[in-house]
Amino acid sequence: MNLYAVRAIYAFEMARTGRTLFQSIVSPVISTSLYFIVFGAAIGSRITEIDGVSYGSFIVPGLIMLSLLTESVSNASFGIYFPRFSGTIYELLSAPVSWVEVLLGYVGAAATKSIILGSIILATANLFVDVQVAHPLWMLMFLVLTAVSFSLFGFILGVWADGWEKLQIVPMLIITPLTFLGGSFYSIDMLPPFWQTVTLFNPVVYLVSGFRWSFYENADVSVAVSFGMTVVFLLACLFFIRWIFASGYRLRS
Amino acid sequence: MHPAISVSHLEKTYAGGFRALKDVSLSIEHGEIFALLGPNGAGKTTLINIVCGIVNASGGEVRVDGHDIRRDFRKTRSLIGLVPQELATDTFESVLATVRFSRGLFGKPRDDAHVEKVLRSLTLWEKRDARIMTLSGGMKRRVLIAKALAHEPRILFLDEPTAGVDVELRKDMWQIVRALKETGVTVILTTHYIEEAEQMADRVGVINHGQIVLVQEKRRLMRELGKRELRVHLQEPLDAVPDSLAQHALQLAADGQELVYTYDTQAERTGITSLLADLGTAGVRFNDLTTRESSLEEIFVDLVRKKAV
Repeated sequence: MNLYAVRAIYAFEMARTGRTLFQSIVSPVISTSLYFIVFGAAIGSRITEIDGVSYGSFIVPGLIMLSLLTESVSNASFGIYFPRFSGTIYELLSAPVSWVEVLLGYVGAAATKSIILGSIILATANLFVDVQVAHPLWMLMFLVLTAVSFSLFGFILGVWADGWEKLQIVPMLIITPLTFLGGSFYSIDMLPPFWQTVTLFNPVVYLVSGFRWSFYENADVSVAVSFGMTVVFLLACLFFIRWIFASGYRLRS
Repeated sequence: MHPAISVSHLEKTYAGGFRALKDVSLSIEHGEIFALLGPNGAGKTTLINIVCGIVNASGGEVRVDGHDIRRDFRKTRSLIGLVPQELATDTFESVLATVRFSRGLFGKPRDDAHVEKVLRSLTLWEKRDARIMTLSGGMKRRVLIAKALAHEPRILFLDEPTAGVDVELRKDMWQIVRALKETGVTVILTTHYIEEAEQMADRVGVINHGQIVLVQEKRRLMRELGKRELRVHLQEPLDAVPDSLAQHALQLAADGQELVYTYDTQAERTGITSLLADLGTAGVRFNDLTTRESSLEEIFVDLVRKKAV
């Protein structure tokens, strides 16, 4: 294991966050605060409680998930796409590193940034509403698993994209709608039966549900199913990335 | 002892069907400076990229210091440093950070003394905190060289390292290359400035249309394939070469003031004695004679043209 390389990639990526602090940290915090104002104050005045939890508190796990997913995908995809775009990828491809070390560096850094961001949003949410965490360890595990899974997905996106537009399209047209429709701001029990069934095909439902359970012990689907689906998604991404490196897809011509 | 690089029957066909390398075999010894020459699109960069692990080969085998580049990629890649043709840099990073990054990426612990030595040798030390985006093209090229040297490679690939750089950097770079050679580093370079290869290289390989045309020790190549030119400076200009001198295949130059005779240095008879005798018989008077040897560039162009015909 080339640990020096893992450290070099990780530090390089984290330093990029330092240079783009406003974009990486401040901007999502401002967005989240706006969500609280719009959803919490405007809609929350009409929906008082869901499953015994005030609406403002209910949306906190969903909001954290929303940022966690979009930031994990965008950080990891940008991290690997930019060297491909600028041509500096030659150095990574010619270095004595395996796909595992590359992932530990890039995905590790992207997931770290997302987890820091999720923690900041949780702290920010505490300023607006009362937030209880019933199962802190499970909460942390869902946070880490989701950040890692979607950073892996972002890495795949960054390898697949052959232009800035494609890099933006997936988070904008797939991740964000799936998150909004995945029960971030409502319980899927509130939907008509047909749409409840349709919603179960949305993988984000399982992430939000499991994460919300760790806060309030309320879940749309079983926690075991949520956990299992997250692990399946993580493993699927890992296998796909392993194939990318074995075949050289979009990396080695 | 294994060769520094051993390439056997290497093939590369790109996805579009373009066959960039055709059965390339080549051996490069430890500590030599090897110049790989060829026109644009000949396959030089593809060959380098395969050895470095950037491009997958379609067939054949490459070994670096006896190790297979696929099975023992950690070993082979840690031995190699690459200065790519393109000016691909981390534009937002500082010079020092990007060179330290390269050292770590290639599995070496932080060594500020070595990084400082490399940066000073490339006159980059004063610019160590500057962002790369603020540097000139020549300075960026120096950064790429510094990155390639950061992990103390035993084999250094320089792919068109002096393209678009000033004379000062070229001199600095060749000084570094000579110093590396003294420490036993193997240097493989491609360049369009063939006079550089002529000055620096121990051996020369010529590649064209994906095939190795020849690999030869530079002095021997110039001796064997080089031609000498005898220029006869005439007292009176000529309108045409006299018929009596036709057998010597002379050419008129300098508005008829010079006769140019080309001869093979390796031939048993150069034909100079009979030429001079025939000139006297034909009444062609001259006041000076000069000779000149072919440059590597002329040999290279000649080789590439011959293969193209």
